[in-house]
Amino acid sequence: MFTLGYIGGFCHLYIGQEAVCVGAISSLREDDYVLSAYRDHGHCIARGSDPKKVMAELFGKATGLCKGKGGSMHLFNAEKNFLGGFAIVGGHIPIATGVAFANKYQKKDSCVLCFFGEGAVNIGAFHEALNISATWKLPVVYICENNRYGMGTPIERATSLYDICQKACAYSMERDHIDGMDVLAVRKSVEKAVKRAREDSIPTLIEARTYRFRGHSMLDPAHYRTKEELEEQLKGDPIITFKDKLLKEGILSDSTVQSMEEGIKKEIDEAVDFAMKSPAPSIDILSEDLYI
Amino acid sequence: MAIITYREALNQALKEEMARDDKVFLMGEEVGFYHGAYKVSQGLLEEFGEKRVIDTPITEEGFTGVGIGAAMVGLRPVIEMMTFNFSILALDQIVNHAAKIRYMSGGQFKVPMVIRGPGGAAYQLAAQHSQAFESYFCYCPGLKVVMPATPKDAKGLLKSAIRDDNPVIFIESETLYNTKGEVPDGEYLIPLGKAEILMEGNDITIISYSKMLLIAEEATRALRGEGVSVELINLRTLKPLDKELIINSVKKTGRVVIVEEGWRFGGFGAQIAETIYSEAFDYLDSPIERVASVEVPMPYASNLEKAVLPDKDKVIAAARRI
Repeated sequence: MFTLGYIGGFCHLYIGQEAVCVGAISSLREDDYVLSAYRDHGHCIARGSDPKKVMAELFGKATGLCKGKGGSMHLFNAEKNFLGGFAIVGGHIPIATGVAFANKYQKKDSCVLCFFGEGAVNIGAFHEALNISATWKLPVVYICENNRYGMGTPIERATSLYDICQKACAYSMERDHIDGMDVLAVRKSVEKAVKRAREDSIPTLIEARTYRFRGHSMLDPAHYRTKEELEEQLKGDPIITFKDKLLKEGILSDSTVQSMEEGIKKEIDEAVDFAMKSPAPSIDILSEDLYI
Repeated sequence: MAIITYREALNQALKEEMARDDKVFLMGEEVGFYHGAYKVSQGLLEEFGEKRVIDTPITEEGFTGVGIGAAMVGLRPVIEMMTFNFSILALDQIVNHAAKIRYMSGGQFKVPMVIRGPGGAAYQLAAQHSQAFESYFCYCPGLKVVMPATPKDAKGLLKSAIRDDNPVIFIESETLYNTKGEVPDGEYLIPLGKAEILMEGNDITIISYSKMLLIAEEATRALRGEGVSVELINLRTLKPLDKELIINSVKKTGRVVIVEEGWRFGGFGAQIAETIYSEAFDYLDSPIERVASVEVPMPYASNLEKAVLPDKDKVIAAARRI
């Protein structure tokens, strides 16, 4: 849809990292909160957003989640407690910390998941937020999706400590590092961190080691990594490996897989069709939603 | 009417709003146990406790973001900047997040928060502590910008700002904290977005705000003593700007002096002038005069500092030119 020109601007695909958001968000309750960076399509859908409204937002249509004002990098869904969709690297980490502050302030046992890439861990906002949540004991789980590249720069050239979860040590914060290509491993770790946040109001930093199969954005051919590296990583596709595991264990049959895949394809087709047929936003809404 | 200081007026506003609504809390550096770097939060910790009067680490970007997140899910934070010189460390949070979340989300979320503290020069605080940044914030759609000049305005406007559902930048002044003035008894609010005519006149309109209003007032008295009928406007809120009141005054007087503390180039006065040129050009009898700071980082030496800032004589000289 991007190459056909239906989706504009920057479009950062989540392909390859699915196990992280699915595993993590599946451990939440409805009254929990999720915040993400600009690679946010997966988190928004995993949180239960209607794919039609997500696709319509990507198309810049009036029926989109944000009426066509947010776009790919700024998906929001208040009904699902999905609080964005932020495109300044690391900028949403203090905000997620503030949502956790509000939960504690109001004596609610809701938890906050805050997703970001490993590119965000070198920016000040990350460190300021972690220091605050660790000092004040706020119920938040930071999930660093380490896909190894901050745009085109490999982690080894961007930070002195590759083992990202160790950065939590600077704040005496609980930490974990997990295989982000294994949905069950993600879920297990996040469940534990969410329980810690909910019951004891203690924050955690989780590093999920993952890989994006596409470039940084649709405009990036990813020349900075080798074909061999990508091929090796593709063998660990989290969707395929999980499917194979379920087939092997007899939890799924070939026919169930086939009908699931057909169902998903149908859902996507319907979302595209909905977005195509939806009207563009009226110019009349241009100055709405600015001030109350 | 009681006579209280600007500092006490702000303190009363915070106290009253925190007592009225337990969603309101105060957060910032030294606001609790130290009672505020400028003692605006005196007594609040004792009255409302550590839960609602929260000392932060020195981490402007961090705690401003915390305020935004808390506001998104229903609280009403008041974030204190020890001075607005430090607010630029939080500019990403203010400009990219607070100001845009409502719009980007298509109206799904709101950010009802106040970011307050003193701005501008004080007494020999030198280059990094003497800056008037209001035009930075006025530039950005999604923010409101309020700059009270008197104790009465400080109290009434802060209470309105706390009740407002938008992010409000509320800039006070170190040099105003000890100034005294009459404040109405009992609860009152002053609406955001409305200026006031402090003195009526027919010859020249002088427009100012915050502590420069006091200088403009001195100049106004001097000019009126010479028989010049000056109309003095106290803007109170810079954004949204009360264009109607300004334009109506200009239509009456045809001459304008704008007094601001910011640097002249790109300063807020340029925006007021643009508004007047666009909407009342034909009513002007002479070019608009602006009195602003000299465009240098603020020097330390007292005489140099004085030379940078607007004063009564500079305002009178500007008025005489037109």
